[in-house]
Amino acid sequence: MTTASSADHPTRRDFLFVATGAAATVGGAAALWPFISQMNPDASTIAAGAPIEVDLTPVAEGQDIKVFWRGKPIYISHRTKKQIDEARAVNVASLPDPQSDEARVKSGHEQWLVVIGICTHLGCIPIAHEGNYDGFFCPCHGSQYDSSGRIRQGPAPANLPVPPYQFVSDTKIQIG
Amino acid sequence: MSGPSDYQPSNPALQWIERRLPIMGLIHSSFVVYPTPRNLNYWWTFGAILSFMLGIQILTGVILAMHYTPHADLAFKSVELIVRDVNYGWLLRNMHAVGASMFFVAVYVHMFRGLYYGSYKEPREVLWILGVIIYLLMMATGFMGYVLPWGQMSFWGATVITNLFSAIPYVGESIVTLLWGGYSVGNPTLNRFFSLHYLLPFLIAGVVVLHVWALHVAGQNNPDGVEPKTEKDTVPFTPHATIKDGFGVACFLLLYAWFIFYMPNYLGDADNYIPANPGVTPPHIVPEWYYLPFYAILRSIPNKLAGVIGMFSAIIILCFLPWLDNAKTRSSKYRPLAKQFFWIFVAVCILLGYLGAQPPEGIYVIAGRILTFCYFAYFLIVLPLLSRIETPRPVPNSIADAVLAKTGSKSTPMVSTAIVLALGGALFASSIDSARASEGNDKPPGNKWSFAGPVGKYDRGALQRGLKVYKEVCANCHGLSYIAFRNLAEAGGPGYSVAQAAAFASDYKIKDGPNDTGDMFERPGRPADYFPSPFPNEQAARAANGGAAPPDLSLITKARSYGRGFPWFIVDFFTQYQEQGPDYVAAVLQGFEDKAPEGVTIPEGSYYNKYFPGHAIKMPKPLSDGQVTYDDGSPATVAQYSKDVTTFLMWTAEPHMEARKRLGLQVFIFLIIFAGLMYFTKRKVWADAH
Repeated sequence: MTTASSADHPTRRDFLFVATGAAATVGGAAALWPFISQMNPDASTIAAGAPIEVDLTPVAEGQDIKVFWRGKPIYISHRTKKQIDEARAVNVASLPDPQSDEARVKSGHEQWLVVIGICTHLGCIPIAHEGNYDGFFCPCHGSQYDSSGRIRQGPAPANLPVPPYQFVSDTKIQIG
Repeated sequence: MSGPSDYQPSNPALQWIERRLPIMGLIHSSFVVYPTPRNLNYWWTFGAILSFMLGIQILTGVILAMHYTPHADLAFKSVELIVRDVNYGWLLRNMHAVGASMFFVAVYVHMFRGLYYGSYKEPREVLWILGVIIYLLMMATGFMGYVLPWGQMSFWGATVITNLFSAIPYVGESIVTLLWGGYSVGNPTLNRFFSLHYLLPFLIAGVVVLHVWALHVAGQNNPDGVEPKTEKDTVPFTPHATIKDGFGVACFLLLYAWFIFYMPNYLGDADNYIPANPGVTPPHIVPEWYYLPFYAILRSIPNKLAGVIGMFSAIIILCFLPWLDNAKTRSSKYRPLAKQFFWIFVAVCILLGYLGAQPPEGIYVIAGRILTFCYFAYFLIVLPLLSRIETPRPVPNSIADAVLAKTGSKSTPMVSTAIVLALGGALFASSIDSARASEGNDKPPGNKWSFAGPVGKYDRGALQRGLKVYKEVCANCHGLSYIAFRNLAEAGGPGYSVAQAAAFASDYKIKDGPNDTGDMFERPGRPADYFPSPFPNEQAARAANGGAAPPDLSLITKARSYGRGFPWFIVDFFTQYQEQGPDYVAAVLQGFEDKAPEGVTIPEGSYYNKYFPGHAIKMPKPLSDGQVTYDDGSPATVAQYSKDVTTFLMWTAEPHMEARKRLGLQVFIFLIIFAGLMYFTKRKVWADAH
């Protein structure tokens, strides 16, 4: 169709074809957006992911609880003195994912460790109070985390992530 | 598909593939160089429009299935959650629901075109029969899809249609039980309908491939009904037919978008916004508009089995059309008598559709019988007879001759067809509503709503006042269970801030639990919570309200309607009048009268309402002047309360209406520009072909 025109003499016909093709492309691309956007979490899912409050009073020293936030298990450990000391005695530079224990807990509340209990290897749930480091052990592929939730051994590449949280009072935290 | 292709790609990689799987050669020979008659008119673009609609329906359907829950207790709610919470869920749902209607609009045009131009005649019999099979599959798919939202019409439509099979002697009842998977329509029925509704479109797509294959073997028919003889008679499919089809699709999209964005409920039934209730049948069961002619035939025949046979025969008879009409001349263009009878037949079909939506009584029954006779007579008497007695006009020697002979004048059939189809479509569409007009109530007066029309928006003040009226008055008996407190802060709503919505929520006590000790407990509401219902269950609501459970108000303005009657429903299509529901609700709130008029008796425990169907309403007059204090100085009158709370309830039913109309405007501007560009491109491409 466009053989009659040459590159240096664009005709009205060429312009029309280009404009039509461009309009079709732009329209088609814009029409794709709703079909992609619908895959994202819907409004009720987002609303249900609002922050939650957790009362820490029932958790005795050496115990831990698991709560769910946004469908993810959150471990809240009431650490013993021994666990805290162990976590702080490590040479941070020697860790696979160097991070100090101080950076992973809130100052003044060092006894509380709050981590997302999902192995950073492939998403299994590690078991608390197991493994060689007084922390967590993932049964899937043998990753071991210490009492600060840091990766010490096994295939996992990173420490257990700390979720966003804050202390509302001494015995209550808000996660999210 | 038209013989071996000599297509050779220049790219070596493509050559490598082509030698092993000649797929590009197939596409090239079928959709690029394929010779298409040069005299095709726009009625021929409906094949492409149908392919496009099938694609849209499958795409939107697969996506809706990602969010839908096929369970009798959850289906209705999951559809509402799609519309309310899923990103663009309202758009996808409207596209799919309206898309079904548009699919049928296109298929009816396509079929009538085939009928008019004799496209079923030798050598295209198999092509035609494949088309009838596609149409049957479409009807089954459409029916099962309509059941999935699990509203009142879904449920009772499913009950009525499956009961058709009980007419079969001896085994009928067993077949119906088999279809239901139970002793009545229920959860198993819904589950299997969902499964089949997902399956059948792919079967349709398969038969469409056969249909296109058969088309490409026999070649397209054309308005003159003479086979192409020389190269002068045809043009290559690409670019000529593709660009013309593209323009046709663009124009069709304008109609489609009109419904999607401005009147998504015009083609639906208000009753389907009431959740399925196996204990109450809606007073007037009507199928979707595209089944109405056959429904009319079913009801015209006073015997159960004969009615069912009549209805199915009305479709099956199409398969025999190639042999019933054996006139040598294909196109009705050259058959003066056949042309007239064709238009009479079109009118018969439209009138049957109209009757299908009317109550089966009086004149309607007699008219239905006459028209049913006319329908079958067209196939069994008129066409066979015409092929023997009619003297056709001489057909042109070739397509090229026909094109040359054609002067600039537009042929009248096209204009009249357009008029008949537009009229018929509108008539079909709203005859459902007009059916209700016969119930003998006062028509609710029209109101000036801020949200009416193509750019209507909610009046924020009215929404906020309406929320107050709901909270202080309606909420004592009526739930609002699809509305979460967070919705109050969403765009297009009452315009509260997130903090205000959270504060509003915290005034409510929400039941939660169980806690660690297994007990239920109450806590202050959070934005994610939904408005609590005043009664724990329907039985409690019934017991506290004299036997009538107050309906949930989330969808009330869409679940109530009133008949508009002829010709209003046709006018409504153009004026985008969509406010039957709000007009009705506002009217009922103001329609209470202390004394029933002479001759009307109201049962004990009921109240007289001018606009309520049957006039006896169980709800006592809910609003009186000065009952709710307004902070903004608006008059504290019943009229103002009614208007405000109705506006609020319109928002609860259509929370994304403003986004819908805004996007609609953008889409329309784009489509008009695009269709214009396509038109001029098409003219350029075809310039050397005419």
